[in-house]
Amino acid sequence: MATVAVPQLSGYRRPAVLEWITTVDHKRLGILYLYFTLFFFAVGGILALLVRTQLAVADNSFVGNDAYNQIFTMHASAMLFLFIIPVWAGFGNYLVPLQIGAADMAFPRINALSFWMLPPAGILMFAGFIVDGGAADGGWTAYSPLAQQTGVGMDMWIIAVIVLGMSSTIGAANFLVTMFRMRAPGMTMFRMPIFCWTMLVTALLQLLATPVLAAALVMLFIDRNYGGQFFDPNGGGNVVLWQNVFWFYSHPAVYIMILPGMGIVSEILPVFSRKPLFGYKAFVFATIGIGGLGFSVWAHHMFTTGSVLLPFFGFMTFMIGVPTGVKIFNWLGTLWGGSISFPTPMLFALGFVSMFLIGGINGTYSAAVPVDFALHDTYFVVAHIHYVLFGGSVFAVFGGLYYWFPKIWGRKLDDRLGKLQFVLMFVGFNVAFFPMHMLGLDGMPRRIAVYAESTGWEALNMLSTGGAFLIAVSMIPFLIAVVMAFMRPKDQPNDPWEGNTLEWATTSPPPDYNFDSLPPVRSERPLFDARHNGEGH
Amino acid sequence: MAAHTPAGHQGMTNSMLGFILFLASEVMFFGGLFAAYFIARADAPAWPPESLLTPEQIADGVKLELEVVLPAISTGILVLSSVTMQWAVWQIQKGNQGGMLWGLFISLALGLIFLVAQLYDYTQLHFRADDTIFGTTFYTLTGFHGAHVAGGALFIAVVTVRALGGQFTAENHEAVEAASMYWHFVDVVWIALFTVLYIIG
Repeated sequence: MATVAVPQLSGYRRPAVLEWITTVDHKRLGILYLYFTLFFFAVGGILALLVRTQLAVADNSFVGNDAYNQIFTMHASAMLFLFIIPVWAGFGNYLVPLQIGAADMAFPRINALSFWMLPPAGILMFAGFIVDGGAADGGWTAYSPLAQQTGVGMDMWIIAVIVLGMSSTIGAANFLVTMFRMRAPGMTMFRMPIFCWTMLVTALLQLLATPVLAAALVMLFIDRNYGGQFFDPNGGGNVVLWQNVFWFYSHPAVYIMILPGMGIVSEILPVFSRKPLFGYKAFVFATIGIGGLGFSVWAHHMFTTGSVLLPFFGFMTFMIGVPTGVKIFNWLGTLWGGSISFPTPMLFALGFVSMFLIGGINGTYSAAVPVDFALHDTYFVVAHIHYVLFGGSVFAVFGGLYYWFPKIWGRKLDDRLGKLQFVLMFVGFNVAFFPMHMLGLDGMPRRIAVYAESTGWEALNMLSTGGAFLIAVSMIPFLIAVVMAFMRPKDQPNDPWEGNTLEWATTSPPPDYNFDSLPPVRSERPLFDARHNGEGH
Repeated sequence: MAAHTPAGHQGMTNSMLGFILFLASEVMFFGGLFAAYFIARADAPAWPPESLLTPEQIADGVKLELEVVLPAISTGILVLSSVTMQWAVWQIQKGNQGGMLWGLFISLALGLIFLVAQLYDYTQLHFRADDTIFGTTFYTLTGFHGAHVAGGALFIAVVTVRALGGQFTAENHEAVEAASMYWHFVDVVWIALFTVLYIIG
């Protein structure tokens, strides 16, 4: 019998670097997103420490005014555009195809394009620090006329944000097609994991809101470079136009930054309460409601301009508290009567619920028009956004990392170090940001580099700075846990947490093609059904 | 056509759905620019806002006037090209490669004529992008539209080359449909632009 050489497809592997650069695999791209965004989380964090060091004492001259403007602008830009928004694309990339039982995203090559637009944009934005006039320094909101008066770093910032917006727009279309068309047999829309639902609404917001930001940035670029008059009243333009178009994107963007975090928390709480998510459909409709209402509240950022319809936008902002409140009850109802355990992901999820609740309450409080007139542009608003975006989103990011680390890297992060991180971060966060409520009520404006000693703001600012450094310290146990995990072999089973969703039905980490076989999908908890033979649901 | 459709799915392919979502984002982009134009109109004491011109601009011969005849002809050309493009789609649906090719050629030619006419029109105007919000909005809106026409023409050109290579059949011609959809979108944006800039203006 003649022997025939069978071609061995797996025999040749290109160098690892080339594999990673050319990959179109959703899992590898997801990991690249996570590395990229966590890098910029560190960069943004260092900038935040510079801000807090400057503000620690009255009449400080640690960094000059000009440098301070660049530092707080780039802190926000890095955290929003290079960390929080793309970090959800990272989690989404890794998890959405696995959770819906697909082999990959709908458009793998476009997926790679979405990722590879990020590094050039990040470099361009930060290259502002080495050009004449420095990096963008008009605040991340880039209000005109201030944004017209700054150096070329601002133009680099504009182009970078347009590119980042394109990345998230095409990424959004990819997520939507993936979830609409690639679900496993049996997985109806209302059996989709809750994280996927939040990614779906997020993608819709990105698809429809981000291009409006691109239009605003294009106008700003034309005004700055080609003598455009969009935002110049001398030529018939309107400075409030910028604020309208900017916030038409940037308020929905707040939900883009928080909804997937809510999704992660809604995956973690049921698993460690040993109960299904309380009110799955209510949660889905609340998410859709937040997304829809999100387009009708943008002008609450502009109450003091005197050119918006105050009763309408005030009322709609209160309204958006309703679906948000529904979610708080979803989470509390899930915990109620549950058999609760407290591994690290659960702690971060509970941290999210409690801190996001504070961020929701102080936000709704500011939505009352007379209150807003008093609090506008004070540190109260800074406290609010950090309770939502740090107490909310960042806690969800770390909860998600501890929860899915065994799936993504096949190893578990040390639970004791994780708990240490959580305690340090939770305490540091509240020490850093709670005093800002008092500072804001006392009238301290945001974005100032220097305040006089006579204001009496020094003690609370020093406290806040101490909290910021405690947050920085909390990253040390995390890094140690990561290094320790990578020093161990891959030993994690398919389903270390007794999860509910399909990503736990495959190996840790999953093979290139994701699944050898899928369990039948008869509810939103197919793995629970498989463990219990469909009984007890 | 079935290549990207998961088993059991009827109707539109994934690529086409993705393309429609992309077009939705394009609509929102132009929506932002149109919003700027409407706000400028609402703010202006009169339109065109002649009163905003400085004495220097008036001395330079700046006139905030639009010539309507050539753009009206261009509008007809672009609408006609949408018809010929749709005709190309209908031909390939019937498997008529020759008919499709004629439709693509004519659409591409009409699109290029539109672009040349627009550039010529720019040279005939007595205002620039920095002459009040009138100039800024006019050149931004028509400029971004023109860039989309150029992009659409490139799309049709690529499809035409592929058609010459015989890549499309009655069953498999998704790229032709996508190019046609994009071209209709560009056409509709122009009709909206022509209406607000020239007729209501």
